[in-house]
Amino acid sequence: MIAIVDYGAGNLNSVKKAFTWLGFTVSVTTQPEVVAAADKIVLPGVGHFSALAALTQTGLANAVLTGLRSHKPFLGICLGMQWLFEGSEEAHDIAGAGILPGVCAKFPTAVKVPHVGWNSLATKPSSRLLRGLTEHPFVYYTHSFYAPVVDSTTAESAYGPRFSAVVERDNIFGVQFHPEKSGEAGLSILRAFCEMPPC
Amino acid sequence: MLTKRIIACLDMDEGRVVKGVRFENLRDAGDPVECARAHARDGADEIVLLDISATHQGRSMLLEAVCRVARCLFIPFTVGGGIRQLSDAVAVFDAGADKIAINSAAVRDPELISKIAARFGSQAVVVAIDARRTNGAFEVFVAGGRVPAGRNAIQWAQEAASRGAGEILLTSMDRDGTRSGFDCELVRLVSRAVPIPVIASGGAGSAADFIDVFRDGSADAALAASIFHFGIQSIADLKQELHAANLPMRWPC
Repeated sequence: MIAIVDYGAGNLNSVKKAFTWLGFTVSVTTQPEVVAAADKIVLPGVGHFSALAALTQTGLANAVLTGLRSHKPFLGICLGMQWLFEGSEEAHDIAGAGILPGVCAKFPTAVKVPHVGWNSLATKPSSRLLRGLTEHPFVYYTHSFYAPVVDSTTAESAYGPRFSAVVERDNIFGVQFHPEKSGEAGLSILRAFCEMPPC
Repeated sequence: MLTKRIIACLDMDEGRVVKGVRFENLRDAGDPVECARAHARDGADEIVLLDISATHQGRSMLLEAVCRVARCLFIPFTVGGGIRQLSDAVAVFDAGADKIAINSAAVRDPELISKIAARFGSQAVVVAIDARRTNGAFEVFVAGGRVPAGRNAIQWAQEAASRGAGEILLTSMDRDGTRSGFDCELVRLVSRAVPIPVIASGGAGSAADFIDVFRDGSADAALAASIFHFGIQSIADLKQELHAANLPMRWPC
């Protein structure tokens, strides 16, 4: 079972619907015990970085971190990916998980913010999540803050600055875009995650 | 590179997709689920479903159609028509919409924009503006284009953005359904006045019209309905032409 962690940040319907369409069993949950019992963990989220405060308050952050340490495959989507970093300029008082180095920053005023629409990826051959896709697939974004390019970045996009589109480290995966809204390319990414063996 | 979006709009009346000219003389164009899936397969970057008769009828028909479309659609899906209060928006999101479009209700109660944005995020709030040239300026019309709102379209777009709208869906009533080209002047004025993306609507007739509105009108996205439904222009052919004209497109997709 794949646990989709519900900490109150936005609408989780479309994430659930995409996994269900692919034939995988998911449970949208607010309960740390359900997260602990899952084989894989998905942390979605749209909106403000401060929404992640609820993750800690509800005990869900601990359940997710325990899962990560026991090598369960983890996928952070949008805000869920940003959570892997140290923090965000969007909410200085809220700490991220600090698994990846760096702080998320706001797009410069030279471009329209939010970054909304389909942008292409520049993919590294080592990516496991993007296996089977073209080198520059298009994916759907909607966000105002971006994560820096780091060693674990396996695909990047550019909108003004270049930023992390996909991060992968051992059992930990993150995507800044919305795979559940990215057509066939997005469904392929979700399928690759679902079929990822435990590390 | 961020691409320019091509958005297919389904105007729905009594559960069927319809299309009129200048908001009148409706013609049947099919079932919403079949239309949405066909457009997605053809390369649409996004689907908008507008219930054009929602103000006169109940909401159940819309919600049922939203559910059916959302189940099999994996590209962004925006729903509008008859959303008057936060609870209406909640029901439409629950039915599977990714974004809601509000028009008349936002003019009447601009606070509604901030309320929905606070709950679901700005990225989920599209403010739709129907504008018509009146005495050398662009005036906002509400209630499906029937009632002048006494507001300037550019100023209203700025206010909507400052209250938390994530995108502006800007329809030229003068061009709607005429296939005579987008109103590039209107689109350019609004696009340069707001910091958020602007979707141009009304008047799409040919690939050249899309090139004009992206280049000359500074549009971030362009929406069309009738030319796609009646097979006058396939989205795939359109995107291929725009791609060949060096506009950033999600193509092939």
